[in-house]
Amino acid sequence: MGKIAISLDINDILHDVTVEARRTLADVIRDDCGRTGTHIGCEHGVCGACTILVDGKPVRSCLMFAVQADGRKIRTVEGLRRDGALHPLQEAFIEHHALQCGFCTPGFLMLATGVLEQHPDIEESELVEILSSNLCRCTGYENILKAVKAAAARMRHGR
Amino acid sequence: MTQAKRQTGIGASVTRLEDLPLVTGSGQFVGDISFPHQVHMRVVRSSNAHGVLVGVRTAEAKAMNGVVAVWTAHDIRDLPPIDFREGPNEKLAPFRQPVLARDRVRYVGEPVAAVFAVDPYIAEDAAELVAVAVEERTPILDASAAAAEFADGLSTEAAVCRQGYGNVDTAFRNARHIVEVDVSIGRHSGVPLETRGAIGRYDAARDVLELHGAAKVPHRNREAIARIFGRSLAAVHCFEGHVGGGFGIRGEIYPEDILVLAAAMRLGRPVKWIEDRYEHLMAANHSRQQHHKIRAAFDDHGRLLAIDDRFFHDQGAYIRTHGTRVADMSCGILPGPYRLPHFRADGYFRLTNKTPAATYRAPGRYETNFVRERLMDAAAKQLGLSRVEIRRRNLLQSSDMPHVRPLIALGDEVVLDSGDYARLLDKALAHCGWDDLERKVQERRKSGELVGLGIAIYVEKSGLGPTDGARIHVHPSGDVEVITGGASLGQGFETVMAQVCSEKLGVDYRKIRVVHGRTDRIDHGIGAHASRATVMTGNAVAVAAEKVRAAALEMAAQLLQTEASELTIVAGAVVRVAAPNEPLIRLGDIVTHLRPTSSSRGARAPGLSAEGWFETKHMTYPYGVQIAQVAIDRGTGAVRIERMLIAYDIGRAINPMLVRGQLVGGFVQGLGGALFEEFQYDERGQPLSVTFADYLLPTAQEVPDVDVLLTEDAPSTTNPLGVKGAGEGGIAGVGAVIASAIDDALGDIGTITQLPVKPQMLKAMIDAHARASRR
Repeated sequence: MGKIAISLDINDILHDVTVEARRTLADVIRDDCGRTGTHIGCEHGVCGACTILVDGKPVRSCLMFAVQADGRKIRTVEGLRRDGALHPLQEAFIEHHALQCGFCTPGFLMLATGVLEQHPDIEESELVEILSSNLCRCTGYENILKAVKAAAARMRHGR
Repeated sequence: MTQAKRQTGIGASVTRLEDLPLVTGSGQFVGDISFPHQVHMRVVRSSNAHGVLVGVRTAEAKAMNGVVAVWTAHDIRDLPPIDFREGPNEKLAPFRQPVLARDRVRYVGEPVAAVFAVDPYIAEDAAELVAVAVEERTPILDASAAAAEFADGLSTEAAVCRQGYGNVDTAFRNARHIVEVDVSIGRHSGVPLETRGAIGRYDAARDVLELHGAAKVPHRNREAIARIFGRSLAAVHCFEGHVGGGFGIRGEIYPEDILVLAAAMRLGRPVKWIEDRYEHLMAANHSRQQHHKIRAAFDDHGRLLAIDDRFFHDQGAYIRTHGTRVADMSCGILPGPYRLPHFRADGYFRLTNKTPAATYRAPGRYETNFVRERLMDAAAKQLGLSRVEIRRRNLLQSSDMPHVRPLIALGDEVVLDSGDYARLLDKALAHCGWDDLERKVQERRKSGELVGLGIAIYVEKSGLGPTDGARIHVHPSGDVEVITGGASLGQGFETVMAQVCSEKLGVDYRKIRVVHGRTDRIDHGIGAHASRATVMTGNAVAVAAEKVRAAALEMAAQLLQTEASELTIVAGAVVRVAAPNEPLIRLGDIVTHLRPTSSSRGARAPGLSAEGWFETKHMTYPYGVQIAQVAIDRGTGAVRIERMLIAYDIGRAINPMLVRGQLVGGFVQGLGGALFEEFQYDERGQPLSVTFADYLLPTAQEVPDVDVLLTEDAPSTTNPLGVKGAGEGGIAGVGAVIASAIDDALGDIGTITQLPVKPQMLKAMIDAHARASRR
């Protein structure tokens, strides 16, 4: 099968890779670029474990081909920490015990990052609806919601 | 109280040591691990539920560029079927699953061939080219129907699990009231967010066979692998990385584990297999499916005289590593918190043509709590007592403890060690304002709403013995390493063990590194299942830490020219008991004095380390009360949980925040099985629930706020720390309480007799009742 040369901008680092057109973005980020923080839970766009930001918007990276992301700005969980300091969402997830096995965590972090950056004052009911697009099998969601709300407050206050 | 204790010891809700790598994307889940020159495996699975395997054509797949090998059963005919964890069992042996199907296929999803290729995409392409010819046979899909033939001369009824005591027949003959229910539990499973995965690696230089991606019971699996491949234990090792949820179903030995190991040796390259979700839902263990016909005898005062249960256990196509454990435990644990003079349970353990079943978080308890509590609700109605009153009259009292039941659960005689069930019931009722809730619910029902309250009381089990050990090393830096044979599935194992060590040793938990899931670091380990890690491994860590502490103080006493009894350890430094804020010598410096070459060591063994073992004769039994308030939408049949209370006596909580996390997370998982999740099959045995679009997990939209009332009224009497397990307490009573609440909401519309309670079922009941009332 023919391969295509693309350049993926992942967390401000360019990865020049040559991939088959059928390879999913999730697989290329993980296997070709070595960024394994983005997890694959269902490969049909339901669980959201593979959620990343493409041009600032949350995207299921299992439902996108890598070639479609050529030249676009990709952010993954590895890029949340800045200069060694945890992102308010990362801090809040730890403080509120919003993770157990941690497999769904990168997807929730990226979903919440995308949402809070676009809608810092989001209503709780809307937030619940958006968070219900990702699955967690351990926490029962309560602490995830608490953590996202706490981080939203912190982000609003410019921390 | 020491400073370390206040900060990070037992009882402190500290944040988890596990979290940093997990929130930064630095975890090492099995899919994240790769070895140079690895090949990728794809399993070809049966698409027939039952049939004779006529042939498997592999030539086209083998010819594909990038394919390294394609195997069928013939290629691995020297490998035995997958054996039972507890060892050989002659009677059950014919029902074991072969690694690849030999002459028959028995469920959709059964491995028939394995393709090995240089890239996972190529492996999947090649797998599509493998042609499997099957002569179809009629599938068996109902374990409650008459038993059929499994193979020549072998019935599908592989076993009948029987337990009981007393004289049930006489009790029923003399009873004033007999209450009967016929109830069933659907087929569902743990469904962790991370699918299974395994990497086999053979290190020819050291002659060691390695399994990466191990979980739950790495040490037991090491033994099983050594047996299967005829290797010495020293030549087999299992490695657990991060594990994306276990829930009992992950970490057992499955055909895929054996395939990657065999292939690693024969192909001379590491072999990686990552399951996809479609495979997972038809290949990983299912659980729960049982049908109970149960009756109870009561006297005139509403006191339980006897229970007689006949149930049909739908095992699926093969008997996997657990043997008949779930059905056995169902018998042993069914009586729950009630005083029960006579008891009989007969479990018909039958094979069908569905995915094989085994344990899933609270196995045998999720099921039997539902069954028994349905029976108690029915009894309340029949005897004209309130649901609370009939339970209260039958609860075992704290004066009954320890209460010996001549029953067996997990091979262990049931001895309820401690508990004050009535007290927890009172606390739960007071906490939620039960009487007031009942009044309000009745008022809303009068105005036409379908709203109801449910209650369930249950006894959990935890801390299965007999023994576990741990080793502790202190390094010259003052850092402490706790080496365990435990396993971490996301429950916070590292944090909890570090807190126990912190409490006993006087070192901040952040200075403590906990090793688990590595058979090359410690020879024995119980892993993580049956809510036993905190009890067994925790107490072993406590024993080891106390020994290290004593050794450190003894050395310090000599160095400081004082008595050891006048010293203690605070924040990693030895202090005088009388002056806890004045550090005299750091633990790390004591280690330096204990180096092999140190002159101050004297005749002491080199190093500051110790091994600790904990042994117990019996399990320990936490218990809970769950109360739910639900409302049913008349138009759609959808159930909304308006309130939820979990009252749970944990004995003693090491980290209350983590205990709550286990209880709430377990509750939501159980809610899935109560309302949404079910593996369904069509009449040909084709699975209908093979994606997350048809197997529905609860999302953030469906879950209520869960109120947790955590009590420590009945510390365990079987272990020095007094702890009981938390892992399964949240889920165990959910089916029971939700059914009870929906039933209450329905009133005279109908009765809940099966899980999950799906909206279409309720809608049909509501509509039928409306039609009948119009007539």
